[in-house]
Amino acid sequence: MTAEVDVAPRTLFQKVWDRHVVVAETTDTPAVLYVDLHLVHEVTSPQAFTVLRERGLKLRRPERTLATVDHSVPTDANSWSAGLGDMDPAARHQVRMLGDNCGRSGVRLFGVNSRRRGIVHVIGPEQGATQPGMTIVCGDSHTTTHGAFGALAFGIGTTEVGHVLATQCILQRRPKTFLVELAGRRPPGVTAKDVILAVIGKVGVGGGTGHVMEFRGAAVTAMSMDERMTLCNMAIEAGARAGMVAPDDTTFEYLAGRPMAPAGEAWDRAVADWRGLASDPGARYDKRVTVDVSALEPQITWGTDPGMVMPIGGIIPEPAGAGHRKALEYMGLRAGTPIAGRPIDVVFIGSCTNSRLSDLREAAAVLRGRRVARGVRALVVPGSQETRLLAEAEGLDAVFIEAGAEWHQSGCSLCIAMNGDRAGAGQYVVSTSNRNFEGRQGQGARTLLASPATAAASAVAGAVADPRTLDDRERRIA
Amino acid sequence: MIEPFSMLRSRTAVLPVENVDTDQIIPARFLTTTQRSGLGRHLFADWRRDAENQPRTDFVLNHPATAGAKILVAGHNFGCGSSREHAPWALLDYGFRVVISTGIADIFRSNALRNGLLAIELDGDSHAWLLANPGAELGIDLRSCELQLPTGEAVSFEVEPFARHCMLHGVDPLGWLISREADIARFEEARACRA
Repeated sequence: MTAEVDVAPRTLFQKVWDRHVVVAETTDTPAVLYVDLHLVHEVTSPQAFTVLRERGLKLRRPERTLATVDHSVPTDANSWSAGLGDMDPAARHQVRMLGDNCGRSGVRLFGVNSRRRGIVHVIGPEQGATQPGMTIVCGDSHTTTHGAFGALAFGIGTTEVGHVLATQCILQRRPKTFLVELAGRRPPGVTAKDVILAVIGKVGVGGGTGHVMEFRGAAVTAMSMDERMTLCNMAIEAGARAGMVAPDDTTFEYLAGRPMAPAGEAWDRAVADWRGLASDPGARYDKRVTVDVSALEPQITWGTDPGMVMPIGGIIPEPAGAGHRKALEYMGLRAGTPIAGRPIDVVFIGSCTNSRLSDLREAAAVLRGRRVARGVRALVVPGSQETRLLAEAEGLDAVFIEAGAEWHQSGCSLCIAMNGDRAGAGQYVVSTSNRNFEGRQGQGARTLLASPATAAASAVAGAVADPRTLDDRERRIA
Repeated sequence: MIEPFSMLRSRTAVLPVENVDTDQIIPARFLTTTQRSGLGRHLFADWRRDAENQPRTDFVLNHPATAGAKILVAGHNFGCGSSREHAPWALLDYGFRVVISTGIADIFRSNALRNGLLAIELDGDSHAWLLANPGAELGIDLRSCELQLPTGEAVSFEVEPFARHCMLHGVDPLGWLISREADIARFEEARACRA
């Protein structure tokens, strides 16, 4: 192993970047950056495979690509018991095409019937494919999720998916660095989702553009891997190229023994290497912000981008400009009124932001012994089939079903509403996903982003509700 | 293969909205396609048409004055959100060749330039002039990286040099990457030795 001798202290990002430079950046040309892991799904890959085929190009390193189906696959129990007969023909064609493309090119695919299938950003970590120090790309903006492991992970377009398939490399200008210091200790009932929503509210949806965010500080160290993934997942919602957390014992404990993680001596060598990835003392960042989480309340969005966010006990703010007025009009909300108590129609617990086992536990802890309010549809969609099995092994499915919620197969589902799960025009959805854009969950649907605990509490109340103040006397004793 | 771009004259269509996300540019329900073509008809689908599929007369692309415009001027942070390349595909298929804003989201910008859609970031003053003068006839010269206003004033802009080179000469970045094969192989060998 060569010693990495460098005088200037380097950031975590810089260390990972430096290890992957195949050809250095010049004024005229971007860097050629090597990609360790390429994740592929059915929606953004078909056109890339087609280009390769048309040009007679082969995949350079098919073993560095991992594929699954998540965006357009139905999650609904009825759809599955009917053998997916109701699946949209175009979506079915897309899924079949991914199977053909992977089969032809020797790419490992966790397909529709695989027990290891799930949302691409859930299965990468779950299978141990995501590892510290890696470069990871995927034709999906929430690839930032994998940065929780100290990987440099970012979303790319379909043309670049083709570049990576053909050359295992990508053309990149080096982004700037942005240190997000999360100080203090989270109060009880305040989740990683609340923290990242507050960060986005502070820096704005374009505040991270051109930068890689590194999350650091006492509040980050205290977070589990699931929580760090929630944090990094939404770095893109601040416009950041990527989000990263330095790997530590929490990271290594999570990865140890996972199917695709190194084992034996290779594991020991890997951990020794990963310990050196953290930013050096005195490393410089292009931008910094500090957020003290110790006084944070649960957060919820009131508008049509994730930066339009407020404490759940607060009053909907007066619009600052035309964008806010347009958002309030779309949302059918009035400035100066409380958001808590606002009646809702749908609750969605799922997505690459909040569909891991700890998220399901958080929602189940609220729903246990309670009922989803009459007239509210609550969907619980685990992030992967393995997560689903783990949840069932500890009886979480029964908690959801007894509460009157729907327990689904895994997939992206109502986060992107392209698999048949969607909300109706004008409906209010309290959602644990990542985007409250107009029409994201169905044409005319109105999304309020929040944590799994807030979503579950709102399902019970039939209205936006603070999970910390639900009345325990309502619980039926099991 | 992208169409080379050097010089263009066109009127602008002005969409004075900030943080236009790619879900608005093309909603997810149109992403089940396996083609790149034909997406122009879904461009801004839910802003162009209402729930009954009738044109919304207040939306700028439904104004006859914007017909044929090849330049879209939009508010800050254009193209944020999803990485879907269907967004620049839809804009190009509709007829746009240039998008101008004070800020363009990273993934969208990269996707746009790879497809020959010139994404330009301008300073606040020039941008404000464009917003205030919808339909202005602009000249855009990628060789000199200058935008000519109808007032005779020229505003310079920056484009990432490699993307500019590729757009000017119709160079395919994939071909260029493949030409670095020897470097890639050397990198892989060096790593294998270290492991």
